[in-house]
Amino acid sequence: MSECTPSELMVAVAARELKDHDTVLVGVGIPNLAANLAKKLQAPNLVMVYESGAVGSNPSRMPLSIGDPCLVTGAKSVCSMYEQFAYYLQGGRIDVGFLGGAQIDKYGNINSTVIGSYKAPKVRLPGSGGACDIASNVKKIIVITPHEKRRFVERVDFLTSPGFVDGKEKWKQLKLIGGGPYAVITNLCTMKFDDVTGEMMVTSLHPGVTIEKVWENTPWKVKVSANLEQTPPPTEKEISALRALDPNKTYLG
Amino acid sequence: MSTGKLTTMREAVSRYVKDGDEIYLAGFTHMIPFAAGHEIIRQKRKDLTLCRATPDIIYDQMIAAGCCKKLMFSYAGNPGVGSLRCFRRALEKGIPNKIEIDEYSHFGLSGRLFAGATNMHFLPMRTNRGSDLPQQNPNIKTVRDPYTGDEVSVVPPLKPDVAVVHVQRCDSNGNSHIWGIIGEQKDAAFAAKKVIISAEEIVDESVIRSDPNRTLIPDFIVHSVVHEPWACHPSYVQGYYDRDNEFYMQWDEITKEHDTTMKYMDEWVFGVENRQQYMKKIQQDKINKLTPKACMSAPVSYGSV
Repeated sequence: MSECTPSELMVAVAARELKDHDTVLVGVGIPNLAANLAKKLQAPNLVMVYESGAVGSNPSRMPLSIGDPCLVTGAKSVCSMYEQFAYYLQGGRIDVGFLGGAQIDKYGNINSTVIGSYKAPKVRLPGSGGACDIASNVKKIIVITPHEKRRFVERVDFLTSPGFVDGKEKWKQLKLIGGGPYAVITNLCTMKFDDVTGEMMVTSLHPGVTIEKVWENTPWKVKVSANLEQTPPPTEKEISALRALDPNKTYLG
Repeated sequence: MSTGKLTTMREAVSRYVKDGDEIYLAGFTHMIPFAAGHEIIRQKRKDLTLCRATPDIIYDQMIAAGCCKKLMFSYAGNPGVGSLRCFRRALEKGIPNKIEIDEYSHFGLSGRLFAGATNMHFLPMRTNRGSDLPQQNPNIKTVRDPYTGDEVSVVPPLKPDVAVVHVQRCDSNGNSHIWGIIGEQKDAAFAAKKVIISAEEIVDESVIRSDPNRTLIPDFIVHSVVHEPWACHPSYVQGYYDRDNEFYMQWDEITKEHDTTMKYMDEWVFGVENRQQYMKKIQQDKINKLTPKACMSAPVSYGSV
């Protein structure tokens, strides 16, 4: 295994989840790196879509925001904001979406709105942006996040973007277009969701990580899959391609 | 070339933006009309309902300057950088004044504009279900789908008093060509009661008519046209100047305190009379750095027999 930072490990593992010809709703930063890495390796025909309306982008540098002009130069298509959310997202045209947030809970619900109460916020966060729309309409939601106790909570302070809400049964009643949360990738492990209950469970431990270490860093005793696997370590090829994408270590530091 | 609706930003704002108005400065990251925002601040408009999907630096400045009574938005952050500190100071501490919020997801807010532009009763959408947001915002309601009986989330139409839209080029009557990220510009223009266009270039009507598919806004819904090159800095105009990402990062530092924010405003907003003076203060180096190489599209034929 190549020596790598926790961020490099997460990006390499996340990139493996993307298939050739997938349409991916990409955010900036780490998810953008994961999508670009997949495109360089197993998914040359990956279609990167940004909520700003850029479709099939081919950025020559790393964008700072989802509306960066480099996402437009050489793109397949650019549409309006309403069209992006209506035709591409609600139309069910997006296979994978990356989301992040201040808090995520055991059903994959995400909070990017407020810590504390909505009316009297302790910390006011930016809000949904497109996150709630992405969570509701995309086939697979992937979250990449450092494995920290303040981020994983039993129940989010505010439910901005629905995961399986309080279980698969409730979620089915919502009749959303999307498939709900698919994977949470941290620096310690990969977690997916129980088919029946919709609860998060550890499916793969990253190199050198024990389940005890995962439990130490999660505020509840997160379930473990009956088929627990070991994450194959990042290859030289993955790491060198990734470092070439972020030579100044803006995101991979 | 007729002078049509051409005027200055000072006149356009003075004529169409009133205290207490609901206004929409359009542009999803791209072509954010900073020149119009700064003029509204200089004319000390107050009690405004400021609507934008991403309040961005421009509304952060207008909030700090005390123009805002209520903020309608869907993402109040500085993308890739962090918080909008003036927004948070107003919301969390009431500095310089308390503000109300009216919050949606991006689809919710752009759907409101679409519903406003097309005179719909409301817009149904497959979002908001399962989210806590509808509990906090009484404008997001549910109705029963008359066909399936399912519960459906709906948002009301938005018809701002004034929309300001920046464009790459238009003629003197306001027929506007826009390309790149076209965001909610067309929806905002069609939804609003009054429309102010600012443009990098004023061109002859024949240029517009040579490429009618690129005209997102027709002249008959436009009230004022302002020729305002570099109106969007530190935002950007595709093909004209790039986004000043460095400034977006500096804004985080500038706005650490209300006092430091106002010091910036004194110099860069109140300390200049118009956009030309603002641009004179920007170093030539910076301008060179932000000016992109041309990347021309292949021409198309609109010929007919």
